[in-house]
Amino acid sequence: MIWNKEMECMSPEDKKRLQSERLVKLVKYVYDNVEFYRKRMDEYGVKPEDIKSIDDIVKLPYTTKNDLRDTYPFGLFAAPHSDIVRIHASSGTTGKATVVGYTQNDIDVWSECVARCMTMANVTKDDIIQVAYGYGLFTGGLGAHYGAEKLGAMVVPMSTGNSKKLTTMMVDFGATAIACTPSYLLHLSEVLRDEGLLDQIKLKSAICGAEPWTEKMRNEIESRLHVTAHDIYGLSEIMGPGVACDCVHHAGLHICDDHFYPEIIDPKTLEPVADGETGELVFTTLTKEGIPLIRYRTKDLTSITREACECGRTSARISRFKGRSDDMLIIRGVNVFPSQVEAALVEVEEVTPHYMMIIDRENNLDSLEIQVEVDTKYYTDEIRGIEKLTKKISQVIQSALGISAKIKLMGPNTLKRSEGKAVHVIDNRKLY
Amino acid sequence: MTANQVSVFIENRQGRLGQVLSVLKENDINILSISLADTTEYGLLRLIVNKPTEARDVLLKAGFSSMLTEVLIIKVPHQTGALQKILAVIAENNVSIEYMYGLSVESTDASIVMKTNELDKACKILAGSNIGTLTSKDIEAL
Repeated sequence: MIWNKEMECMSPEDKKRLQSERLVKLVKYVYDNVEFYRKRMDEYGVKPEDIKSIDDIVKLPYTTKNDLRDTYPFGLFAAPHSDIVRIHASSGTTGKATVVGYTQNDIDVWSECVARCMTMANVTKDDIIQVAYGYGLFTGGLGAHYGAEKLGAMVVPMSTGNSKKLTTMMVDFGATAIACTPSYLLHLSEVLRDEGLLDQIKLKSAICGAEPWTEKMRNEIESRLHVTAHDIYGLSEIMGPGVACDCVHHAGLHICDDHFYPEIIDPKTLEPVADGETGELVFTTLTKEGIPLIRYRTKDLTSITREACECGRTSARISRFKGRSDDMLIIRGVNVFPSQVEAALVEVEEVTPHYMMIIDRENNLDSLEIQVEVDTKYYTDEIRGIEKLTKKISQVIQSALGISAKIKLMGPNTLKRSEGKAVHVIDNRKLY
Repeated sequence: MTANQVSVFIENRQGRLGQVLSVLKENDINILSISLADTTEYGLLRLIVNKPTEARDVLLKAGFSSMLTEVLIIKVPHQTGALQKILAVIAENNVSIEYMYGLSVESTDASIVMKTNELDKACKILAGSNIGTLTSKDIEAL
C-alpha cells in the first residue's frame, strides 16, 4: 500500500521539476527571511537568482548543528513567531539545546510524511498503534502520534517508562502496531515472554527508529514477536521521524524527497559523492516554513540509490546507516555528545578533565558508565565522602544529558591517555 | 596523642592492591596494620606504617591517590570488656566513630585505630579517662 501515490511514485523527471520549483522558492524565502542565510549567501557570493534548478543546490553553503547553536534559540526561524505553533528540541553539542519550530503547515507536512512511512510498514486506519517514544521536546512521540492520527489509526500515546502498563494494554487492547526504539522493543519482547503474554499479542507491525540498529536486531525482533519491523529515520533539525522509512522489501529507506532533498557528500572534502558510495547525508528542507535548512549536514553516514523500488515507489532510498562522521552517540534514543559530558564535568571542581564513557547494551537496554578521575586533593578516606561525590557527579550528568549514567570514580592517571586525539568513548554495542 | 594513617583510594581492578604493597616494600616501609573498606566499585585502603609521610609521598609519586589522616591509636588491654569500656566513654560524650580496626603491636596489649568525627574532643576524653594512645613517634619506634 502507498499513502500518496502521486508523490511517492512520481516519475524522476516530474520529481526533479517539483524539487527544482521548491528549491527556487525556498532559497528566496530564506534569503528574505533569515538574516543568517542572507549573510552567508552573500559571503559565498550566491544570490537567490543563481538558483534555477535542483542541480544548482551545490552552489549553496552547508548548514551545521553549530549554526543552530550559534543562533540559539530562534535565530534560524524564517516564519514569524505568531505563525509558529510548536517547538521541539534535541541535544546540542554543549550546554544549549538545538531548537526547532513548526508552522501549522510544517506539522501537516510532517504528519503526511509519517503517514507515508507507517503505510510502508503496512499500518492502516484499521490498526491500533502504541506510540512508545517519549512525548515532549523530543520529536519521536508527538511526531509518530500526529502521523498515526493522520493515517486514521487508533493511537495509544504510551510514551516511555512503563513497560508493564504497555504490555498489559498491548494485550488488552489487541494492539496491532507499535512505534518505539528497536532496543526497547527487544526489551519489551523479553517482558512479554517473562509475563507469558507472547502468544496473546496481536502485533503485526513495528516502526522502529530514533537510534541506529542492525539487520540482526531486525531479525531478532521479527522472529520473537512475529511482526515486520521497519526502520524509520528522521532528525529534529529536518523534521523528526518520518524523513525516511523502509517498505516491506527492506531495500533501503525511502526518503520523502519531495519535502527533504538528500545529497551524499564526502565529509572531508565536502564534495558530492556518486550514488552508491558511502558519505555523509545532507538534507535541504524543500517545503519547511518554520526553520527551513539548506544543505544541513546530518553527520549520518550512508549511501543513496535513486532506482525505483519493487514496491513501486520512485523516491530516493538510503542504505542502513554505517556510522557517524562526528562523535555523537545515541543512548536510549537520546543524542549524546561527549562534549556535553566534558562541559558538565568542568562544573565539578573535584574531578579532572579526564573521563571515559563506556556504553554497553545489557538485556537490550543501553547503559552508560562514565569513569572520571578525581583530583588527588579531593579524595577523602571515608566511603560516605566518596559516595557523596559520586552522587553529585551523577546529578550533574543527568541534568546535562537527560539520561542517567553510572559514575565510577578513578584514581589519578588510571584512565588511558592517548597520543593525539583523545579517546573518550568505548561503545561496545556494535550498532553499525 | 594522635597518629598519621595513610589512606589510599583504589578502584577495583585486578592487581591494584598488590601494586600499592609493592611500592611500600620497594621503599622499605613497614606495615603495622591494614584495613580495606570496599564497595563494588572501589576500595579504601587504610594503613598504619612506620613512616607515614614517606609512604604517602611515594604512593602519590607512583600515581595513587593517597593522603594522611589523623587518627587515634588507642591501647586496649587484653581483658574482656576493655574495648567496650573505652567505647562507652566516647559514646557518653557524643563523639561518633567513623571507622575502626585493630592493631597488634605488643604481646600484652592490643590497640585499635579509630577515626572519630571530633578528633580534639576525643583526645580530651581519652586523656581525661586515662586511656593510653600511641602516637606516630611511638609507631615509628616499634
